[in-house]
Order: sequence, then C-alpha cells, then structure tokens
Amino acid sequence: MLVFIIRRSLQSVVVLFAMSVLVFAGVFAIGNPIDILINPQADQIDRERAIAALGLDKPVWEQYFTFLAGVMHGDLGRSFVHSTPALGLILERMPATLELAFTAMLIAIVLGIPLGLWAGLKPNGFAGRVIMTGSILGFSLPTFWVGLMLIMVFSVMLGWLPSNGRGPTTLLLGLVPVSFLSVDGWRHLLMPATNLALFNLALLIRLTRSGAHEALLQDYVKFARAKGLSNARVIGVHVLRNILIPIVTVIGLQFGALVAFAIVTESVFAWPGMGKLLIDSIGVLDRPVIVAYLLVIVTFFIVINLAVDILYSALDPRVRLTESKG
Amino acid sequence: MPSEPAAAAPRAPETPFQRIVSDFCANPVAVFGLVLLGVILLLALFAPLLSPQNPYDLAQLDVMDSRLPPGSATPTGGTYLLGTDDQGRDMLSAIFYGLRISLGVGVVATVLGLVIGLAAGLPAAYFGGRIEATVMRIVDIQLSFPAILIALILIAVLGQGTGKVIAALVTVQWAYYARTVRSAALVEKRKEYVEAAHCLALSPARIVFRHLLPNCLPPMIVVATVQVAAAITLEATLSFLGLGLPITEPSLGLLISNGYQYLLSGKYWISFFPGIALLLTIVSINLVADQLRDVLNPRLQR
Repeated sequence: MLVFIIRRSLQSVVVLFAMSVLVFAGVFAIGNPIDILINPQADQIDRERAIAALGLDKPVWEQYFTFLAGVMHGDLGRSFVHSTPALGLILERMPATLELAFTAMLIAIVLGIPLGLWAGLKPNGFAGRVIMTGSILGFSLPTFWVGLMLIMVFSVMLGWLPSNGRGPTTLLLGLVPVSFLSVDGWRHLLMPATNLALFNLALLIRLTRSGAHEALLQDYVKFARAKGLSNARVIGVHVLRNILIPIVTVIGLQFGALVAFAIVTESVFAWPGMGKLLIDSIGVLDRPVIVAYLLVIVTFFIVINLAVDILYSALDPRVRLTESKG
Repeated sequence: MPSEPAAAAPRAPETPFQRIVSDFCANPVAVFGLVLLGVILLLALFAPLLSPQNPYDLAQLDVMDSRLPPGSATPTGGTYLLGTDDQGRDMLSAIFYGLRISLGVGVVATVLGLVIGLAAGLPAAYFGGRIEATVMRIVDIQLSFPAILIALILIAVLGQGTGKVIAALVTVQWAYYARTVRSAALVEKRKEYVEAAHCLALSPARIVFRHLLPNCLPPMIVVATVQVAAAITLEATLSFLGLGLPITEPSLGLLISNGYQYLLSGKYWISFFPGIALLLTIVSINLVADQLRDVLNPRLQR
C-alpha cells in the first residue's frame, strides 16, 4: 500500500513536471513571450526593462528554470488587466467555482443514485424507462444550451430565479465568501448548479442502474433473500454497499470534470468563478492569468486522480495494488 | 426483411452487408434516427438551394426586419418561419447554413483524428514493447483530463481560427481512437490470418494496414460515429464561449451565442431554434451509433 502511494505520487509529480514543460513550451516558445508577458500598452523603455527583468534575453532552458522557480514560489506573473498577482486572482475566484461544483455534485448524487436504483430494480417498468430515456437526454443535450433554456423558462418567462451572478455572499468561518448560507444565495445557485449537474446526474443514473442490475443476479443477494431479510435491507445494505465502489470512484473523478465544465456554466450564468475568469482573460489576452489557471487546474486534476486511486484501493480490497503498473 | 417479395424463393445467402442492413432496420428507433440524420445531412448539403434566403448575402438582408418573431411576414410576401436575428437574417436559412458548418467541422475533425489515432494505435498494438507503452501512457494521461479543458488550453495557447478549432478537436479525439483500435488489434493479431500473413513474409506495414486494419474497423466506425456528435457539441460549446469559429463561419454554436443577449428580453427564437437543430443532429447521430454498436458487435452476431 505504502509502496503504491509513493510510486503513484512520484508518477503524479512526473506528469505535473511534464505539464509545466508543455505550458512553458506553449506560451513561451510557440507564442512570442514578449507579447505574452509584457503589457502591449507598455512603451519601449518599459518593454526593454521588462525583457531584461524577465530574462527573455537568456537561453531557453535557463528561461524555463526561471519560470519553474517562479512557479515554485507561487509567482505566476501579474495580470495585465487587474495589476494583481495572477495566482491570487485565481484563488480569489476559486471558492465560487468550488461551491458551484460541490452543489452540482450533491444534486447529482441525491437524485442520481435513487433514480438509478429505481431503474435498476424495475428495468421494465414505466418509470424505469422514463428515467433511462431521460438519462440519454442528459448525455445528448449540450450543457450551454440547456443553461440558456433554463434562463429562458425560469428567469424570463416565469421570473422565479435570477439569471446571473452569485447574489449576496456570506463569509463562511469569516474567511470564504459563499452563497449557500442565504435564501437569495440559493436562488442564484440553484439554476447554475442544476445545469452543471445534468451530465453527472445522467452518468450516475446509468452507473447505479447497471450496478444494481448486475448485483441483483449475484449469489449473495439470493442468499440474503433466502435468509429472509427484508427487501429494504437487501437493497439498502447488501446491494448498495457493493455498487457504491465504482460510484464513489466516478464521483471523485467527475469532480475534476465538474470544475472544468464549470467554465461553460459560469459563462452562461455569469457566475464569478475561475472558469469565467479564464474565458474573460482569453478574451482580453490577459496571458499571465491564463497560464496561472492552467497550472492550477492541472495540479487540481492530478491531485484528484491521485486521491481517487488511493481511495479506490482502500475501498476495494480486491484491487491488488502491488500488481498494478506503476 | 419481411417486406421482401415472397416470390424470391431460392434466396441467395446474405452478404455481410445485407445482414448489417437488415439487423439495423430491426430497431424502429434507430431507423428513425437514421432517417432524421439523412434529412439533416440533405438540408446541410443543399442549404443554398433549400434556404428561403442567403443569410450571408448582405443585399438580401433588411435591418428593419431584425429580431422579428417566428411567423412574421417578409417584405416579399413570404413568412419568416423561425423569425429573424439581429441582422434581419431568416433564422431558418441561417440554421441550414449553420448545420453545414457544424457538420463539416465535426466530420473533418473526426476523420483527421481517426487517421492519427489509427496511425498511433495500430503499430502500438502490433509491435508492443516501448512503442506501445509510450503511446498508451500519453493516451491515458490525456484521457484523464476532460475534452473541454484540453480544447480550451489549446485554443488559449494557439489562438483562434477555424484551423485551430479543428486542430483542438483532433487533439481531443485521437486518443479515443488510439485506445479503441489498440484493444481491437490486440485481439485480432493473435488470429490465424495474421499468422498466415507472417508465414508469407509480408512486410509489417502490409500486415498492419492491409490485414489488421480492415478487421479492426467495426468498433472504430461506432466510436467515430459517437465522436462526430461529441466533436459537434464541443465545437458548438467553444463557439458559444467565443473561442470557436470566427464570425465568418457561423456554426450553430455561434448562432446560439448570438441570440444569448436577446434571450433576456424574451426574444427566445434566436437561440432556441439553432439549439433544437443542434440537439436533433446530436440525438440522431447517437441513435444511429447506438444501433451500429449492437449490429457490429461480433459477440452478438448470430
């Protein structure tokens, strides 16, 4: 177990390192770093001073180590637009994105697992068919368009929910601004979170359904029934516990995807998270922020993948860690 | 098929193609999807002939007609069936032209991605060893990131434009093909016909591309069909975010994005109808792909 964790962590470090080379190559080698890192509005003297300060006259490999050293110190450059450190800007927007992603995941779990169980237990019933058809729609519908349609129905036609923004935020623990502590915050949160949840809702329904479908045919279910256990106990304890392993894995892996897909949802609902910041930054070519976002999100993903791998092996003793390819 | 004339008594044995066609037609939902997809393809192909107006010929546009609701009368006595956008364009015509661009970009990206994926995945499976380990490690790492993120990173680094959007879509897709073709080829390469080809001392390139490749195609067709839909969705999403195709190539995503600002004032049709067109395209492709998966699956063959 320990060997696996160490080996897996080392692998993550290698991937992280490779990504930093790729981002560096993309931004510093393909594009012109002078255009990318120096404010285009700067005059000639400022430009030359900045070129010298950033070491752009040095050889490429030396520039890479300078860049890497900056990354290690958490210095990812300053935003052209906001004139504040890019990393700080990203971190400032992160709670909004995480709140959205958490709420979306919660909606997907609370609705997806029971609906999936229902469809799995009664595959030929009317409700089961409706649930499965609905889940196909969840996969096919383009997220951004569903978001627009939600706005059209609930904001424009019915006027129930606000169409954009985060609403008033409350400080959680006196540190992090969040929306979910006030009613108005929930009204702002509900639509974007539902929109973001749709894909995962469909995914969880399908996963739970096929898991339940398979588990019901297993001997241990027959045995539990033969013991005379109540249906609720067979389903709720025996079946659910066994199908939860893949579900937990997918929930973990999908959380990263949610944070990435939040880029789209945040743009539709003008939710002030880091995804919206990325799109705005690409729009105005605020490149230090783009680089900072990429590094932050890649790190985020690598950490999530690592955590899920370790969690998975802890949950399922059948996974032989020592045998898995490092 | 039951609809064949009963008079043809001594029936010739079914060719594989006939079998696939008749199996495909066994599912009415899939046939519906295929017909719908056919109609959409025809609309896209013949958009210039079918559209009531050429939405990008400025001489035919009248700004006085901008943002008219569906059913409004045109100056020439016709009807704007789906309304007009902010430039006074007939939405129906704009959607036909948009379908062309969306489908075109999706298909081109899929074909390029398929070629690259095959070129990477087949040798990986055939030669194994270090080539396989390298290719598959890259595939694994890439597939652990969501497609939208990879596409956005590429667009952010490369800049915008039609070619760059296609490049981003290809980069996202090749890994799926490489993985699928490798697993198919790993099974195929142990079969006797490959051994026979070895005995004939054929060159590895010939064995890989003339013998292995055709036998690995069925799963590739299924994945490619699904991926066309995924590519179209991704392109629409990028275009909606303003990072996709330029305004000179108005795909469905761009039309939807264009209507976004008018949605809040209740002018729903500028975003709504292109979205429906996008949805029908994606659903029809997915229905066809679903049935193809069943029909082409060797394990389900009779």
